[in-house]
Amino acid sequence: MEAFGEIFQYILSGFSTGAIYALIGFGFAVIYNSTGIINFAQGEFVMLGGLATIFFINMNFPLPVSVIFAIATATLTGVVFERLAIRPLKNATPLNLVLITIGASILIRGGAMLMWGKDTHVLPSFSGSDPIYIADATILPQHLWIFSITVLIIAASRMFFNRSITGKAMRACAYNREAAGLVGIDVKKMVLFSFIISSAIGSLAGIIIAPLTMSSYDVGVMLGLKGFCAAIIGGMSNGAGTVIGGLLLGILESLGAGFISASYKDAIAFIILLLILFFRPEGIFRKDETERV
Amino acid sequence: MLVIKNLNTYYGQVHVLKNVSLHLREGEIVALIGANGAGKTTLLNTVSGITPARSGIVSYRGLPVQDLPPHRIVGLGVSQVPEGRQVFKPLVVEENLELGAYLLHRNKEGKEEAKKNLQMVYELFPVLAERRRQPAGTLSGGEQQMLAVGRALMAGPRLLLLDEPSMGLAPLIVQEIFRVIRSLVEERKTTILIVEQNAKAALNLADRGYVLDTGKIIMEGAASDLLVNRDVQRAYLGRDKKEIWER
Repeated sequence: MEAFGEIFQYILSGFSTGAIYALIGFGFAVIYNSTGIINFAQGEFVMLGGLATIFFINMNFPLPVSVIFAIATATLTGVVFERLAIRPLKNATPLNLVLITIGASILIRGGAMLMWGKDTHVLPSFSGSDPIYIADATILPQHLWIFSITVLIIAASRMFFNRSITGKAMRACAYNREAAGLVGIDVKKMVLFSFIISSAIGSLAGIIIAPLTMSSYDVGVMLGLKGFCAAIIGGMSNGAGTVIGGLLLGILESLGAGFISASYKDAIAFIILLLILFFRPEGIFRKDETERV
Repeated sequence: MLVIKNLNTYYGQVHVLKNVSLHLREGEIVALIGANGAGKTTLLNTVSGITPARSGIVSYRGLPVQDLPPHRIVGLGVSQVPEGRQVFKPLVVEENLELGAYLLHRNKEGKEEAKKNLQMVYELFPVLAERRRQPAGTLSGGEQQMLAVGRALMAGPRLLLLDEPSMGLAPLIVQEIFRVIRSLVEERKTTILIVEQNAKAALNLADRGYVLDTGKIIMEGAASDLLVNRDVQRAYLGRDKKEIWER
């Protein structure tokens, strides 16, 4: 019974980190689908979200306002990044583009270090930190924030991509950019939109996890890689798969940390990543194609 | 309606279109025929803004359009049905059609027009209405071609560029698609530039034709004249010399 309680506890906390990975991975997938680029600066948006929120709170703005300002800061960074580094390159190879995103991530990280120093900063929990008891396990109110915001974001983006004409246009671009241009879709604008969406979602992920993990200029590296891992598990072009991939990763990590050793926590994620890349590089949820040529 | 003058287009170093000039009058069907690799698709893609010209003029209703991006050209009323259909396979049929009217979604009147166009396309191709909720990738080749034509019509184009609409399709379906093309011209006064390897079918449909050979226009004239022209027959209509000799 005690073992069960322990497992339940690990799963619960795994779920909340998994939700974060899912959000970050979702950001990877959105940009990958519209541009074919794996944006390794994705983690920096996550870092910017957390640190900028703390920055605005320290300037005595209330939390909701700080959150909005922080998302705006990260989104603006995403827009500038797209405009300056991605759009001018017309015929760059994928490898060059990946290198550019890595360069951008180093630049953004360096900027954050100059701005906020190398210390870790703390964002207070959104609504206290009295634990809530569920069966034998406890969770923090912040976990509830993480769950509900993640669910909300995923529901909203499903609505956006399946219902709105802009969302459908982005899916069309992801599938075939040339044909998208031929029906009147401004492909460059869709690429910009994808950067806006993914930097906003990434920064939000950074904001909601900041009270649990603390923030510093370099948190984006690891979180970004975990999000990448989630997206790979789910298969890059599969939004729902990315979410499940993130949750799976979070839970496995948390179980591994609990039962094996906490120091192997990160190793677990990368072992999974390598296994997926070796054996099912298209992700574990890819269905057989139901299409004719 | 469309005037192309001294057009030169390159793919990297390869000079694909060499000083091409042609024109279309309003309400006309013009066929562009030629062998594989002659540059027919490139010509359409240059008009559509996908493969911009290096030099020369493309003017649509008096407006130079050779430097505009594809979405602006669609906005002016020039739609292309691309080679190989290129429907959005993961999206359902109706989403494909909606996206055809993407530019109309900017305002209310446009949305109304998009709805009307959707009804029109479903009347033209009833099979698309039956399959409206199916992913486009599950359609047969002929149905995908109908969807590609329908998607282009959703924007309400005044000039329709058709790239190899008969490619890989059964003769009966080709007839069906050509019937719709003919009705577009009669009922909606759409102007059409059609590119075909199936030269006979295209020339039967068209008023005038151009023959493109390795990037140059080598012949032009009334479609009925081209159909009986011996050089055209020999090169593109699949009649060998002997057959023509015996006639």
